[in-house]
Amino acid sequence: MFDFIAGHYDYWFIILLLVIGLYGMTVKKNLVKKLIGMTIFQAAIILFYISSAIKVDATVPIIIENLSVENPANYINPLPHALMLTAIVVGVATVGVAFALLILIYKNYKTLDETELIELMK
Amino acid sequence: MIEKNLPAIIPLLFLFASLIIPLLGVWKKNIAYPIAALITLAATILSIFGFIHVINNGPINYFFGGWIPPIGIEYVYDYLSSFVVLVINFVALFVIAYSYQPVNIDLSGKQTAYYSVVMLLLTGFNGMIITGDLFNLYVFIEISSLAGYALIGVGDKKAPFAAFKYLIIGTIGASFYLLGIGYLYFMSGTLNMSDLAGILPLMEESPTIIVALILIVVGFGIKMAIFPMHGWLPDSYTFAPTSSSALIAPIGTKVGAYAMIRLLYFVFGVEYFSNELAAADLIAVFSSAGIIFGSVLAIAQKEMKRMLAYSSVAQIGYIGLGIGLANPFGFIGAVLHLLNHAFMKATLFMVAGSIRMKEGHSDIYKFDDSYRKKYPWTMAAFTVAALSMVGLPPLAGFFSKWYLALGTIENSSWLFLAVILISSLLNAVYFFRILEKVYMKSPEGSEVKEKVKKNEIKFSMLIPILVLAIGLIVLGILNFIIVEHIYKMMPEGML
Repeated sequence: MFDFIAGHYDYWFIILLLVIGLYGMTVKKNLVKKLIGMTIFQAAIILFYISSAIKVDATVPIIIENLSVENPANYINPLPHALMLTAIVVGVATVGVAFALLILIYKNYKTLDETELIELMK
Repeated sequence: MIEKNLPAIIPLLFLFASLIIPLLGVWKKNIAYPIAALITLAATILSIFGFIHVINNGPINYFFGGWIPPIGIEYVYDYLSSFVVLVINFVALFVIAYSYQPVNIDLSGKQTAYYSVVMLLLTGFNGMIITGDLFNLYVFIEISSLAGYALIGVGDKKAPFAAFKYLIIGTIGASFYLLGIGYLYFMSGTLNMSDLAGILPLMEESPTIIVALILIVVGFGIKMAIFPMHGWLPDSYTFAPTSSSALIAPIGTKVGAYAMIRLLYFVFGVEYFSNELAAADLIAVFSSAGIIFGSVLAIAQKEMKRMLAYSSVAQIGYIGLGIGLANPFGFIGAVLHLLNHAFMKATLFMVAGSIRMKEGHSDIYKFDDSYRKKYPWTMAAFTVAALSMVGLPPLAGFFSKWYLALGTIENSSWLFLAVILISSLLNAVYFFRILEKVYMKSPEGSEVKEKVKKNEIKFSMLIPILVLAIGLIVLGILNFIIVEHIYKMMPEGML
């Protein structure tokens, strides 16, 4: 049991991050905090891919002279890293659009608090 | 030659347009609209061409950079994807043709940026439909979603907040999908859809795959706004500018529905998600709850655009119900409704936008019988679309409901049959109250009123509305031909 918990510590950490992110997005009233929650949520998924690509006693996927190329166990899986580069870019774009929207909201209503905004919109 | 590269040409055409519009916009201000319209026209012609080619010669597979899958990214142009590409490009063409006046009035000075983002949105939608790679699908989801947030956010004062809510919820949906394909990838070692479809049967027992399935269903459920994940939809559609909601409402949620069909039916397989898990039943139950919920709330709305938004929640429920029935009739119903609803919602949103432009509001309680004299053709188109939504026989909307009803009978799920019948009545309630106000005489002696002059909307706005409305009649009459083709799209193991 303890081995199971300790052996998957990175996944427990990722689950914790996912929960924190969801909590921030749903419970927090300030829109910027919601956005921070969203970023944490995305970062958790990126970490999930990265930590799943890791192999014990393996190195970066670059040909090294004294390591045999034939044995794939010597190298960690490069594909998740490449995918996550794209996902990071997507995340940056999302945050950019979100900040643009936040600026517009602030210009229109002079507040970023959700309850106040709903009150003002009535 | 061109048919071999067709799957890549269509999304790239839109991507090219979204880059070229701002560049040429510096030189000439009014060039954005003609380029956008021309590119969409070209894409529509290409998709008609591609659809005919696929019918005659079978699917087209395009390998990006010449890399053979599962290593490279594959674009697949088969029966289903060529059909849906044709539907969304066709509807988008007419909505863009319509949008010239509304964009000039609502967003004057921003046309260049607006049409550039519209092209980006269509890149995302076309890419989502054509791609055969799971991660590529995620990227296209995000491209179309980001463009969608921008298009909604440029609306009136309340629009940025609605767009922000949509952004948060939409990102949760896309992230769930990303997590789900992560599970699939680490279990199977492949991201290619057809490759994965071959590997999945070997490990159906694995709980990881079940979790992945749930995450993917939730992710697309948010994207296509299945009840209870529809929360972002009403505000976004209501506060968005007319041209945006007319563009996003008919095709946005449909593309999510298509992606769900593609993954559930073609990757996971009918047998697996419907029989071994109760996933299909769950989707059907939530969808039918959404049908009733959306219809009831649509009745309660005072504003036409908001009413149409809630009606979208209900209509998406029909597609979800068709997916969840997981039998041939349900599949036909879902795909046919995808087509019909795209036409109906585009017509209705364009009518609502036109009324809003002319009258300054689209408040249902202020509708009266002068409208039928002021806008005879617009109201005729509205009537056709509304009757089609209710499901009167010669019109398109009847046939998708008919096939869905046949599907429920085949599964002997009488509750869902009752839902379809009741919701038709509810649809009738919220559309006929408008038709009643417009076509019946108002009780308090309207003959006293001065003569109302004909005040039809601009020609460039009227033509697309009329074409789509006539399209509804044509689709209804020709539906047996369409169903014959949908029959060919069915995944293996369904019949």
